Amino acid sequence: MPGKTDKILEQIERSRVWRSIFRSGRGGSPLHRALAIQQNVFLHLFSTKVRKRMLGFNATWYLGALTLGTFLILIVTGVLLMLYYHPSVPQAYADMKDLQFVVSSGLFLRNLHRWSAQVMVFLVFAHMFRVFYRGAYRPPREFNWVVGVVLLLITLLLSYTGYLLPWDQLAYWAITVGSNLSKAVPLVGDKIHFLLLGGNEVNANALLRFYVLHCLILPLAALLFIAVHFWRIRKDGGLYVHQSDPKTLAASKKVAPEKEAK
Amino acid sequence: MPDEKKHETSPPAGELNRRAFFAKIGLGSLGIAAAGTAGFAYQFLSPNVLYEPSPIVNMGKPERFAVDSVTMDSDSAIYVVHTAEGFFALSEICTHLGCMTVWNEELGIIKCPCHGSQFTQDGVVIAGPAPKPLPWLKTWVSDEGDLMVDRSTTIHPMQFLRV
Repeated sequence: MPGKTDKILEQIERSRVWRSIFRSGRGGSPLHRALAIQQNVFLHLFSTKVRKRMLGFNATWYLGALTLGTFLILIVTGVLLMLYYHPSVPQAYADMKDLQFVVSSGLFLRNLHRWSAQVMVFLVFAHMFRVFYRGAYRPPREFNWVVGVVLLLITLLLSYTGYLLPWDQLAYWAITVGSNLSKAVPLVGDKIHFLLLGGNEVNANALLRFYVLHCLILPLAALLFIAVHFWRIRKDGGLYVHQSDPKTLAASKKVAPEKEAK
Repeated sequence: MPDEKKHETSPPAGELNRRAFFAKIGLGSLGIAAAGTAGFAYQFLSPNVLYEPSPIVNMGKPERFAVDSVTMDSDSAIYVVHTAEGFFALSEICTHLGCMTVWNEELGIIKCPCHGSQFTQDGVVIAGPAPKPLPWLKTWVSDEGDLMVDRSTTIHPMQFLRV
C-alpha cells in the first residue's frame, strides 16, 4: 500500500525529532534541495548544484568515487579483521591462518580486504592519470592536485604497512627489503630505519609499529586529506569540465566558473 | 570595542613597543615548546631496551671447520671461512637491501636470491647491485677455546684469525 507508507513517511518527516535533525524541510523545490546538501555535514563538502552531465560516466569515469568506495570497503573489512588479529609474534601468523580456515567468513573478509587494497592502488593511479591527461590539475586546481599526491602516498604507505601484518616469509622479507631503502637517506637514514622498525631488524616492535600506522595513524590521515580533497572540488569551481567538449563549452558560457555557487 | 589604532604608538627605530614585545615572547615560547615536543617525541620513539638476539655468537670449537671451507650459519646470518691463512667471519646479509645471501658450493661464490648480487668468499662484490662488499666481522677465541663472532663490529678485510 504505497499511499499508506507515504503517509507514515510524511508523518515522520513532519515530526519534531526529524525536523530537529534535518532542517531543510519537506519539498522538492531548488531551495529545499540546495538546503538538503548545504545543511548536511557530509554533503556540504560538495557543491550544492552539479550539472547533470557531470554526473554521467563520461565526465569522470567515476574513478574518484570508486576509489572512495574501495576505501570504505577497506575500513569496514579492516575493522572486522582487527577483532581476530593480535599484532604480536608469533600470534599474528596464527591469527591470519585462523581467519582463513577457522573464522566464519574470515576468508571472505580477508580476501575482500586484500583485493580492495589492490584495486584501490590501481584506481588511485587511474584517477591520477585521468586528471593528468584531461589537464584537470591546472589552476585553480593545482592545490587539489598536491592534496591528491599526498593521498597517493598515504595509499601506498597503507598498502606497505599492511603487507607486514600476516607475518609470513613474504611479509618479513618484503619489509626487510623495503625498510632498508630508508637507510639510503643521507645522514639520517640509519636513524629513520631504527625509528621505523623500533629496532635494528624486523621484529615484534616493527610489527606493532606497522600495526598502529596501518590501523590508526594512516587511515586518520587519509580521512583528513580526503575531506580536504572533496571540499576543494567545490572551492575550485566544481568538477573539471574539459574545454574541448562542445556541449560543455555551450553550457559553461552561461555561468563563469568563478561565479558558480561556492 | 575600542579603536586599537588609537592606542598604538609607533616605537622609535630599533625599539619594540609593548605589543611587538609580547608577540615575540609568545612566539618564542611556542618555538621552545615545539622544539621540546620534537625532542621528547624522538626520545619516546627510540626504544632504550631491545629484545633482540645478542650480536655475539659462539660458533663452537674451531676444529669443526675444515681448511678451505665456507660454513653458512643461517640462524646467526654469518659465514665462517677457514682458509690456509686462518679464520674469518663474514656477514651473510646482503649490502644491497638486507636479504640473506647463500653460499654456492659448486661455483665457489656467495649469491643473493633477491636481486642477483654475487660475492667472492672474501666478500668482494663481483656482480649485481650490491654497493659494498660483505663486511668482515670481529672474531676471537674465548677462554674456553670457542670461536666467537661479534656481528655488530666490523673489521678491515684480510685480518685472519690464527688458532
